Amino acid sequence: MNGRPFQLTSVSREFGPVDVLRNITLDIEHGEFVALVGPSGCGKTTLLNILSGDDSPSSGVIQHAGRMRMVYQQDGLFPWQTVAENIALGLRHLTDPRERRRQVDLMIRLIQVEGFEDHYPHQLSGGMRQRVELARALAGDSDILLLDEPFSSLDYLTRLRMRQELARLLDDRPRTVVLVTHDIEEAAQLADRVIVLTDRPAQIRRELNITTPRPRDLTHPEVVHAVRVILTILGIEHEAAAVNGAR
Amino acid sequence: MTNESFPARSSPSSPAGHRSVLLPLAVAALLVGVWTLVWASGLFHESAFPSPLAVLRALGEELRSSRLPNDLVVSLFRVSCGFALAVLLGLPAGLWLGHVLNARLALLPIVNFFRNLSPLAWMPFAILWFGVGDAATIFLIFLAAFFPVVLATMAAVASIPAVYYRVARAYGLSGLERLTRVTLPAIMPQVITTLRVTAGLAWLIVVAAEMVSGRDGLGFAVMDSRNGLRTDLLVVEMLVIGLIGVAMDRVLVRLTRIPSVQWGYAR
Repeated sequence: MNGRPFQLTSVSREFGPVDVLRNITLDIEHGEFVALVGPSGCGKTTLLNILSGDDSPSSGVIQHAGRMRMVYQQDGLFPWQTVAENIALGLRHLTDPRERRRQVDLMIRLIQVEGFEDHYPHQLSGGMRQRVELARALAGDSDILLLDEPFSSLDYLTRLRMRQELARLLDDRPRTVVLVTHDIEEAAQLADRVIVLTDRPAQIRRELNITTPRPRDLTHPEVVHAVRVILTILGIEHEAAAVNGAR
Repeated sequence: MTNESFPARSSPSSPAGHRSVLLPLAVAALLVGVWTLVWASGLFHESAFPSPLAVLRALGEELRSSRLPNDLVVSLFRVSCGFALAVLLGLPAGLWLGHVLNARLALLPIVNFFRNLSPLAWMPFAILWFGVGDAATIFLIFLAAFFPVVLATMAAVASIPAVYYRVARAYGLSGLERLTRVTLPAIMPQVITTLRVTAGLAWLIVVAAEMVSGRDGLGFAVMDSRNGLRTDLLVVEMLVIGLIGVAMDRVLVRLTRIPSVQWGYAR
């Protein structure tokens, strides 16, 4: 791979008089899992849209290398296509229909929705829909996975299961991942690096590396520690010791 | 797996399926009973209120003379032509208006004006331009159906969630493929609903138009029966007009059972 997946230099974004992002400088390494967390409305999604190319910075430079796929909060699947057809959308580069079919079957087994190939999204539970979205994004030859609060519309237990699922899928199909979330546990449990953003205009407040390999338990000491540090940075927990312990 | 929900399907063999046939039949029988009673009571003069038996006799007479089947075919032909023309031109126009904001700003007031102008008001011009016959009636049906199709398609396109187009771009769907694999399937449920409403409207218009401008067709048959004071024939024609309207909707409602449009009705 030549070049980093993402290189942002002094990226700012204004919407009219509103400063949303200010002076973000950020390098994301190949194969890295980066989580962006911050107060709601701080500009996380704007940053993700700039990464995905759906938006451009007002000033600053962004360079990226590699093919991107995005997973949305909900309803990113085409409701008029079956599970298999939606996943096949991620395999459009395969010209041989048999090979495409084989890859679709592989993904369906991988996300464990066998028997639901011909169901439509509205016939599935929320958790299954997000698994299919992940499968569509991970099928094929993309290098980068952008996740925009992918599990926020799911119930708590399903969300916990989906984190394990994502870790397992990435183990099978490694990607550079950028996850935008307001779920601090999610960031701490999944990411190699958590970037904490300030209130709007968003700036990088703190970066936090988490070295324990995935899959990590929610109650793993490093995860618990990371959660406490992030909460303290955001001013929700007040414990001096936690901040001192941060790297 | 957990809490999957599937849309309920009612099969003809289910108890509700039987009831959905028997109950309407019972209501129809009841109505015929009331009709007979009113006729027998002598409340209305014989010439203004035909008996069910007289209507049945008139039906037999019409079928033997094949006048009714001819009128029916003529009316259906006109509705089909006008309706098909309206959909063929209205759908692309609606797609264009839905996608292009400036076109929408420029043309929406005009489209709304014509949408709210009764097509029957066009009748004098239709006859002046096209003469009495098929073309004038088809023109009126076209006017009745075209503007609703344009407006509904436009609204459906404008309300397609942006996320679908972002997904389309990420997965390399563009141009014609984006139209056939994203835009059209996304608006299809609303378009089908519009087709049903508009077909009903077109059927109302054809009868009215033929009453004024026709030499044949069901509307003309109604006028003809009125002029001949044949109330028994009049009822036959009313029954046919109503039943054909129901049948047309029955055919179009089948479109909503296509698997790839179910999502639009299953909320």
